[in-house]
Amino acid sequence: MAASTPNGIEEPGQARREAMALRRAAGSFLERRWASILVVAVALAAYFAVANPAFLSGNNLLTIASFLSETAIVTAGEVMVMICGEIDLSVGFVAAMAPFVMYFVWNDAGLPLWLGVVAGLIVSGIVGLVNGLVTVVLRVPSFVTTLGMSFLLNGLTLTTTGAFPIQAPEQGTRFAALMGHNQVAELGWAIAVVLIVQIGLSYTRWGLYTIATGGNLLGASEAGVNVRAIKIANFILCSVLGGLAGILLAFRVSSIDPSAGGYDIMFRAVSGAVIGGTALAGGSGTVIGGFIGALVLAILLDGFTLQGIQANTFDLILGAAILVAMILNVTLQGRRQQGGQ
Amino acid sequence: MSEESAREEGRGPVSTAPAIATDGIAKRFGPVVALRGVSMHLDRGEVLGLIGDNGAGKSTLIKILTGFHQPDSGRIYVDGKEVRLRSVSHARSLGIETVYQDLALIPGLSVYHNLFLKRERLLHPLPFLANQEMRRKAVDWLREMGVDIPTIDAEVARLSGGQRQAIAIARAVYSEARILLLDEPLAAMGAKEATQILDLIWNLKQRGQVSMIVIAHNYAQVFTVCDRINLLRHGTISLDRRTSEITVQELTDVVVEEYRRSHQSA
Repeated sequence: MAASTPNGIEEPGQARREAMALRRAAGSFLERRWASILVVAVALAAYFAVANPAFLSGNNLLTIASFLSETAIVTAGEVMVMICGEIDLSVGFVAAMAPFVMYFVWNDAGLPLWLGVVAGLIVSGIVGLVNGLVTVVLRVPSFVTTLGMSFLLNGLTLTTTGAFPIQAPEQGTRFAALMGHNQVAELGWAIAVVLIVQIGLSYTRWGLYTIATGGNLLGASEAGVNVRAIKIANFILCSVLGGLAGILLAFRVSSIDPSAGGYDIMFRAVSGAVIGGTALAGGSGTVIGGFIGALVLAILLDGFTLQGIQANTFDLILGAAILVAMILNVTLQGRRQQGGQ
Repeated sequence: MSEESAREEGRGPVSTAPAIATDGIAKRFGPVVALRGVSMHLDRGEVLGLIGDNGAGKSTLIKILTGFHQPDSGRIYVDGKEVRLRSVSHARSLGIETVYQDLALIPGLSVYHNLFLKRERLLHPLPFLANQEMRRKAVDWLREMGVDIPTIDAEVARLSGGQRQAIAIARAVYSEARILLLDEPLAAMGAKEATQILDLIWNLKQRGQVSMIVIAHNYAQVFTVCDRINLLRHGTISLDRRTSEITVQELTDVVVEEYRRSHQSA
């Protein structure tokens, strides 16, 4: 209409309309919370790059990549569990256990290593199934269920392994490189996981029902959504991804360490999810946001280490940053809910 | 066609059976008697205003009609056939749908995903959501219903109470509900929003596919869209009048008189 009549009178209106469209586009970009977190990530990276030239060196970027990859894979699962209104605190101990399962299947049972990997992921999935069943059927809050599961798994891993690290199998092979010893391959795993889970969240019934379950449990089940099955499925997914991250970590450092993973990676995953905009109360969030949240954490950790900040000081800064992110998450969510009224 | 027959049914009780009817429904919760013999009916295509004070038994009656509670005694008829409503999903399978203002919708999902929840269209044979198709159908449907929503892509959390209510009603009708129970559809709404919901109820009535029970505290607001008003008091229907035979003022007088008498006797 206006475009097809290129006279002088139409132009100002056209220009104003374009400006408005532009402003609206910018507005909706910032409304996507992961976008504003991306701005933070870029700003942080720019700061550290200026402060310390080593930040942008190839080796350092690989360090960030592997740190990011392991966290981001766990974050992807945690985001799904959190969107449906639950939390999984045991995922880090699944990460510690899975490579041992893999090792036992390979070393003690003498099966091919890839079968060991599959077995590790299956056992991880069973842990998620138990988490889900206890939470959904026995109605124990997932916070408590998975906290108990954390201790149980940690004890199990420590007793069966004698609490000693062992060497990761088949070092120097292409399989080991593919399974995470090569940090680029590890990043590839993370990106693949994030994309697949995000597509599942945005474009499948599973994702729709996950948001529905966390956003309005009663309304979703009234509409016919099997909210129990959705929750259990997401617990299983989260545990399997925790197991995958643990196996990748083991191959990367060529060692299976019973003290790897644990609360540390779980806490980073939950923080990454929250920083990336997943609502603590459930009902909304994105996997891509979680990935960028994990990226922010990776940049912070690496940057501060390069700056030579002590580990204790670092914990202080990181803890404060995460608290602020969580407070913002809750207050922004509240404002968003009231947005239209 | 159904509009005409509905009007006929409204005049003479002879032709076809009411959409839903109850006979002597009683329900008690422990020592508390919620309903003591409710006999009411909703004709096809009719809009029935169900009014009454807090604790009069409105919500208990609605929960019985949607299968959430089972009555202690009495009968329920749907299309003239006696039914025992076993559960909410059983009632829904018979076309009975309740619309609660905030209960039904998922705040984090778009308007069109809410409309299609559990009825999603997929890109067969792929397992992905046919978002474009659902979006297009939702736009058409809402336009047909006369529901004005700023954008179909907006998360429901961002919409106003009136818009949410309109979407919840539209969804119930889209699911081919034949009997709609609207629980306080105008609660906490400004005049403009309330008018929009009343217009929507009016549109639905003109389409003639659904029969509606509107539960309202403030009956003056819903009076204009109702064909008939039932007053529920102390667990029974104490007044049943067509809105064409009574004015709001007269109704108010009756209600006030009823309360005065009940307070004196109590």
